[in-house]
Amino acid sequence: MENIRNIAVIGLGKMGISHLSIANATPGMKVVAICDSSAMIGGMIGKYVKVPFFADYADVLAVPGLDGVIIATPTRHHDTMIRRALASGVHVFCEKPLTLSARISAELAQIAFDQNLAAQVGYHNRFVGTFAEVKRLVDSGTIGKIRHVHADAYGPVVLKPAAKTWRSKSTEGGGCLYDYAAHPINLMNWYVGKPIFCSGAQLTKQWSEDVDDAIYANLMFAGGVSGQVSVNWADETIRKMTTSLTLWGDGGKICVDRQEIRVYIGDKGTVSAGYRPKWTVRNITDLTPHPAFYLRGEEYSAQLEGFVGAMNDPSSSYVNTFASGAETDHTLALIRDGADSLNQPIVPVAVAAAKRPKSTMFARAFGY
Amino acid sequence: MDRILFGDNQFFGINHMSEDKARQQMMQFAELPAILETLVAARDAGINAFMCTTHDRISEIADAVRAAPQEWPDFQFYPCMPYAHKYANAVTDLGYLGTVRKFLPSQGLFDSALRGGKALMTRDVEGIATLLIDAEMKPFHGLKTPIVFVQNVITDMLLGLGYADAFKIFADHIRTRYDAEPGFITMNLPMLLPMLASVGIHNPIVCANVNKSGFRMSGGIEAYREATERWPARVIAMSVLASGAIPAAEAIEWVVKEPYVRSILFGASSERNIRNTVGLIERFDAMDMMAA
Repeated sequence: MENIRNIAVIGLGKMGISHLSIANATPGMKVVAICDSSAMIGGMIGKYVKVPFFADYADVLAVPGLDGVIIATPTRHHDTMIRRALASGVHVFCEKPLTLSARISAELAQIAFDQNLAAQVGYHNRFVGTFAEVKRLVDSGTIGKIRHVHADAYGPVVLKPAAKTWRSKSTEGGGCLYDYAAHPINLMNWYVGKPIFCSGAQLTKQWSEDVDDAIYANLMFAGGVSGQVSVNWADETIRKMTTSLTLWGDGGKICVDRQEIRVYIGDKGTVSAGYRPKWTVRNITDLTPHPAFYLRGEEYSAQLEGFVGAMNDPSSSYVNTFASGAETDHTLALIRDGADSLNQPIVPVAVAAAKRPKSTMFARAFGY
Repeated sequence: MDRILFGDNQFFGINHMSEDKARQQMMQFAELPAILETLVAARDAGINAFMCTTHDRISEIADAVRAAPQEWPDFQFYPCMPYAHKYANAVTDLGYLGTVRKFLPSQGLFDSALRGGKALMTRDVEGIATLLIDAEMKPFHGLKTPIVFVQNVITDMLLGLGYADAFKIFADHIRTRYDAEPGFITMNLPMLLPMLASVGIHNPIVCANVNKSGFRMSGGIEAYREATERWPARVIAMSVLASGAIPAAEAIEWVVKEPYVRSILFGASSERNIRNTVGLIERFDAMDMMAA
């Protein structure tokens, strides 16, 4: 008999409902509880989906035989909800970003590790066939040593002054940086690791009052790899979010988005099966493993199938560990803090009031 | 149901293979005349069924066809609802209840006020759903809509949730209110057919990816054959070329031989491609008939 994992879905917003539907259809898991702060929404879904609804998270964690939770609540709740789940010996899958603090995310990763519990974060792009293929190519040295990585994401999320929700509050993890840029940045982290510093970070507002609508930043990674991020969620020219990355290496170049990868392998690169010297183009259509169930994209099913695997063997090396999520939280904080330091109010220099320093011997000798 | 159906992805910048191509098509079809010109090319190639999303822009197309009935005597729309993006964005901004309020008909119709208000009070999904269906059908008033589809994102979400009664609510409403047949778009045909059967929807019209490379055919090609053997369905094959990954002739030769495929849906942005594809379907159909 196959070991079926009992799962609870926490938070029934857009992502929560999507996870609920996929989890219900994913082999190896069974949804035994749902939870949301709105009793009306929860009651309605519970009635039609026939899964017990709980308004109180504590009651969910007390469900006998519960193996794991899928947390899809606003980011500010992640920290406490994860801690309580791990303390109850329950595996955790949590939506991105993991928390608003890299230190806390790393601490949660450590707790999960110590308890031998699966702890996975929902950066679904790592389960997209094209992006995963680039990870394989980079790790196998196809384009040699990486020198620069550029990450873009554009989309039409906020095109007018927006209604007030948690997404429009920076203290709750809203804004383009945490909600949107997190995706391409997470892929950068996957390919070239954690950055050491950030310069020239700009978080600009176009329509939002409290949060950023675009971010531009330069990053420096270990080993001399440079990076640039350019993300704008107020771009109405795009139908839906497009994420793309370009990596330059000593042996070639890789351009990747959700649909295709274009790989240039030069003389110093390494040609592997499926590729040829100079340009090779491959599409998602031949890089997509078929999940058992499809909703909105293979990657959403693949990541939950990955969660089943992680629960079955938490010490295995699975994709999107909390530790990797903490790297992205670290990068996001670097950019946020870098932009903050640039955005300090500029104090006008009171030229007229400034007194000339007394002329000293020292000053005379050195010319001022 | 016609053998060949024309799709609309190319008009709205949807391409599963390349974002560049999607962008080019969005530019090509920025203005209504370019869309109509392509529909005329499809009509002149003998295609009279246009399977289209209830996209914001679809009402412009519907208006143009309604305005010139003599030019489009046999033309039929197969609406596919809902256009999920607008709801998804609204849910993020307004929450579920705010979204329902935003999209319910607002003219103060007694009927919708009654159905909507009562539905919200009693958590009655049927009342809300039928109102939203009516709102989505509005642009097609007075046009031929013999089949009305649920988009795959909704079909598959309901399928995953196990909410089988929702399919029945949709089917009943489409039959009684629009005298049309319900259709279901899905990426999970082998899982969907038994669920439809469980609520009494037999020999359903189902539109799904059917292509030689098995792209987005959950469970695989063999599972599609077995499921349709066991639960007969009128299948419309889409993504036959897997967004261009399979050469057209090879793709169509393969798909016409799949015994469960009743119709073929394709989209194209040039008259030449439309004629080529129609020519290939007719040629391989003829060969298939001769072989049989």
